[in-house]
Amino acid sequence: MLDTSQRSAPKLSDKAGGLRSTRSLLTLAGVLLLAAVPLIAPSMQLLINLALAKGLAVLGVTILLRAGQVSFGHALFFGVSAYVGAFLMASMPQADLILVLIAGVAGAAISGLLVGLFVVRYRGIFFGMLNLAFSMIFWSILEKFYHITGGADGIRLARPTVLGMALERPEFEAVLFYLSLVLMVGLGWFTLRWFASPVGQIFQTIKTNETRLEYLGLSPKRVLLSGYLLSAALCGVGGSLMAMTQGVVTPEYVWWVRSAEMVFIAVLGGAGSVRGAFIGALIYEIVRVYASAFAGDIWQLLLGSFLLIIILFAPGGIMGIADSVMNRRSKSQPTNLGEDAQ
Amino acid sequence: MMKLLTTSALCAVLPLAAMAADKPETLKIGMTTFLTGPASVFGVPARDAMDIFVANLNAEGGINGVPIEVTYIDEGAGAEALTSEFRRVAQSGGAEIMLASISSGNCQTIAPLAEDLQVPNLMWDCGTQRIFEENEYDYVFRTQGNATSEMLAAVAYLLKTNPDFKTIAVVNQDYAWGRDSWDIFHTALEVMKPDVEVVGEFFPKFGSPDFSTEISRLQALRPDVILSTSWGGDLDTFVQQSFQRGLMNTSTFVLPLAESSLERLGPSLPAGHIVGARGDHYFLHPERRDDADFQSFMEQYKEATGDIPVYSVFHASQAFAAMQAAYEKAIADNGVDWPSEEQLLAAFEGLEFQGLGRPLYLREDNQGVESQLMGTSAQTGDYPFATLENIMIFDGDGLLPPIGETSIEWIKGLDASFVDTLQVETYDN
Amino acid sequence: MNLTIFLLALFDGISYAALVFIVALGLTLIFGVMRILNIAHGSLYAIGAYATVSLTGFFLALGFSPIFAFPLMIISAVLVGMLLGGPIEWLLLRRIYDKPEVLQLLVTFAVFMILEDAQRLVWGTQPYFQASALQALGNITLFGVTYTVYQLILLPLVAIGLLFGLRFFLRRTVIGKLILATTEDREAAQSIGIDADRVFLFTFIVGAVLAGLGGALASPTTSILPGMGADMIVLSFAVVATAGLGQIEGAAVAALLIGLGRSFAVYVWPEVAVLVPYLIMVLVLLIRPQGLFGSPVARKI
Repeated sequence: MLDTSQRSAPKLSDKAGGLRSTRSLLTLAGVLLLAAVPLIAPSMQLLINLALAKGLAVLGVTILLRAGQVSFGHALFFGVSAYVGAFLMASMPQADLILVLIAGVAGAAISGLLVGLFVVRYRGIFFGMLNLAFSMIFWSILEKFYHITGGADGIRLARPTVLGMALERPEFEAVLFYLSLVLMVGLGWFTLRWFASPVGQIFQTIKTNETRLEYLGLSPKRVLLSGYLLSAALCGVGGSLMAMTQGVVTPEYVWWVRSAEMVFIAVLGGAGSVRGAFIGALIYEIVRVYASAFAGDIWQLLLGSFLLIIILFAPGGIMGIADSVMNRRSKSQPTNLGEDAQ
Repeated sequence: MMKLLTTSALCAVLPLAAMAADKPETLKIGMTTFLTGPASVFGVPARDAMDIFVANLNAEGGINGVPIEVTYIDEGAGAEALTSEFRRVAQSGGAEIMLASISSGNCQTIAPLAEDLQVPNLMWDCGTQRIFEENEYDYVFRTQGNATSEMLAAVAYLLKTNPDFKTIAVVNQDYAWGRDSWDIFHTALEVMKPDVEVVGEFFPKFGSPDFSTEISRLQALRPDVILSTSWGGDLDTFVQQSFQRGLMNTSTFVLPLAESSLERLGPSLPAGHIVGARGDHYFLHPERRDDADFQSFMEQYKEATGDIPVYSVFHASQAFAAMQAAYEKAIADNGVDWPSEEQLLAAFEGLEFQGLGRPLYLREDNQGVESQLMGTSAQTGDYPFATLENIMIFDGDGLLPPIGETSIEWIKGLDASFVDTLQVETYDN
Repeated sequence: MNLTIFLLALFDGISYAALVFIVALGLTLIFGVMRILNIAHGSLYAIGAYATVSLTGFFLALGFSPIFAFPLMIISAVLVGMLLGGPIEWLLLRRIYDKPEVLQLLVTFAVFMILEDAQRLVWGTQPYFQASALQALGNITLFGVTYTVYQLILLPLVAIGLLFGLRFFLRRTVIGKLILATTEDREAAQSIGIDADRVFLFTFIVGAVLAGLGGALASPTTSILPGMGADMIVLSFAVVATAGLGQIEGAAVAALLIGLGRSFAVYVWPEVAVLVPYLIMVLVLLIRPQGLFGSPVARKI
């Protein structure tokens, strides 16, 4: 849960170790299930691809949550990366998918550095509001400078080549899908390792006891900046994948509701949880699409109610629920929920 | 050239593919429309009308005995939901034909998607002229005109009715439609009436709740003509605020989409301003209002919704009519019970059809040719809102660039004589 | 730019600022007292507008004079506060005061989503326009430009009235002092017998009434349609953050800055008008992170 998620891992008891391996098994099963989606449920492939892209961006927001900071403007980096990709494709129609991805992430990281240098001085609500302000400035620019950015209708992003090959849509989408899946596993694993690394540990201390860091002679700003960069880059990966999947980028990528949605998904999945970011994104997208398909014009109402129920009755998010179920099953001593939620 | 190649390629495989399809239990179609968001002022009336068209046709036995079933997709739920829903309905939902969409941005996203998914798609309402000028499609058709024909009709009407104006200002919504429509209008004005001076260009953000500052500036500038291609709440607010502050007494407004706001604006749209309808769409269409099918639909619609239909209803009627005509033509041409996809696509080539307005046809580049109705507002007292007088209906043929030319380049080559080349019918009201 | 244009931009800026200030006032009051940034404020604003339009339309149809539109605005605002603001605080927010900030924000975000759809279910998608209140007051002409009395005179007067009224209420009345005491230190206030729960409920209702009043006052000038709340909320966030969270006088200054900045931009460089509020916000926050009038938060160790 939020309050406890940053605590360093206690010595694992045997039972908790068993729990941990159960969890790894479940994760593996989940990834395999996702990998099989194009074969067993091809109509879900696009939806899940979008959810994975969004999940990567949510992972970026999740990282900041570990330091107790909430950004209401991370859609900025999502959008920067998407637009970098679109501009690149417009000027270099034969560009490769990998190049689009790298350029997008680099764009997100650079803007993350520039914005980060300012915002790491602030905490709490001011941190959130400043991020919001930067994202809204970018949004206004995208809307306003129509002749460059295409205004509210955005820019079409043609299909990039893959390793020099021009693919048809089905093949290209398969490539993107498995690329997203690989990135999810790889970057998720990397983020977990980063949390466990010395920098990651110090980063998470910002939430509980920033002053202690200063006594230790460490600069909380620099530590926060490194986490901020990582989170911006992850949002960039998500934005780039989303743009290539959709084939179009619009200012809506940066609109504040999308930033709020990312925080929403992070909390839904289990704030601070890496797996939760992806599980949350999957559930969110599925609920959203099916609510809008079958409940016509009340999908927002359903989604809002869903969120309220989660916050009021299961503030640990979906990962919190899953872990308490697993704890009961394995009849182990109640371990630290937050640690489990990782 | 590409087109020719693809057509001949299609012909080559035709003997194999041209077998008739099995007659389905129902003809499933998908339609994207705005059920939420600001553009639901168009989307909801279109859906209500579609329900009526479908019910009417099904009551007559459907198409060759096959009833129709529509799935609606909300364009207001965001681009991700739209594309994934479009796919779901087109692929696993079993829809044979799709109608998408209202937003030009969505059309730009969906046209290549439909092409890749190989599902016939009728662009039923979006206005951007770019679609067929920048790309070629085999599966995408537009059952209405586009921004070029709509704007040129507005320019022509303005020049015919107000030949002496000297200054113009524009207040458009800040998105592709607002910018593109001004590009076309402005380019046309420059070649057809080069002495007009543009004194102000304003692009307040889409959904702006307040135009007070723009109106103050316009009052200081005093242009002869004020153009606004805005629609929905933006147009209502702009006209209401202009009316409240007397701007409509000093300038002539040109409002190419105001037909869709007539009822809501009520007495706030005074007499003497130019109103358009994105086609020949008007609930008192001078050539159609005495026809039985037109009248019975108006009654049905009034009963179902309590409102008068706006242009999106007419656009929906055209898409529906085109679909019905294509199926019937394909069935008749091939002598089959139910056409295969190839037969259906072939039927769309040069298809003629008629919705609630004048008859239309599809050009070789899949662009529809649609007549354009323009008029001047009048408060006659017959209705609690403005109706039109001095109505002109322009023939659609002269309003589109030749196939293969882009609109702006074509317009740049026109001159003041263009207006006289247009086929036009004039009606007092 | 000559003097006339300068004055015209000034008038436009002030009338715009007045409306933004009234909406931001409720937001900043709620934040100041309860430390909650209420995203649903935008929906309450929209519903206030819808309610006013419906009530006014109903009473005008019964033959009442257009001047009745003014009391109906107040009635709509109070209804919004009591029927929506009250239950939101009582049923939802009360359960999460001890939870992290982000959850509180998300609860209001969820309420925002629910209310957006609820509005559409009740009032549909067609825009409404009901300007009888504005027409009842007539126009005035300055420098050849016609303004409505409603926007140029009434809205700024109401804004000034609310600013001083709220100041007086908080500093000079017993309830106001109770609210300030609770804001200062909730536990200490409770220990001397203040019912903090009731103070919070009351504050939230007042804030919601102000949001509804903002919508009610905006209703004669603009089309009432779905989505109007989402735009207003970002703008009032900008005002509140620029001012310093919880700063009532600051909100007035920030609203003026943003209103004037926007209207001058329309005269000088219309393309950047939409950027102005956020640019002002970022500039102010970069120089004074606590906002124009905010005081730095003491860090608790």
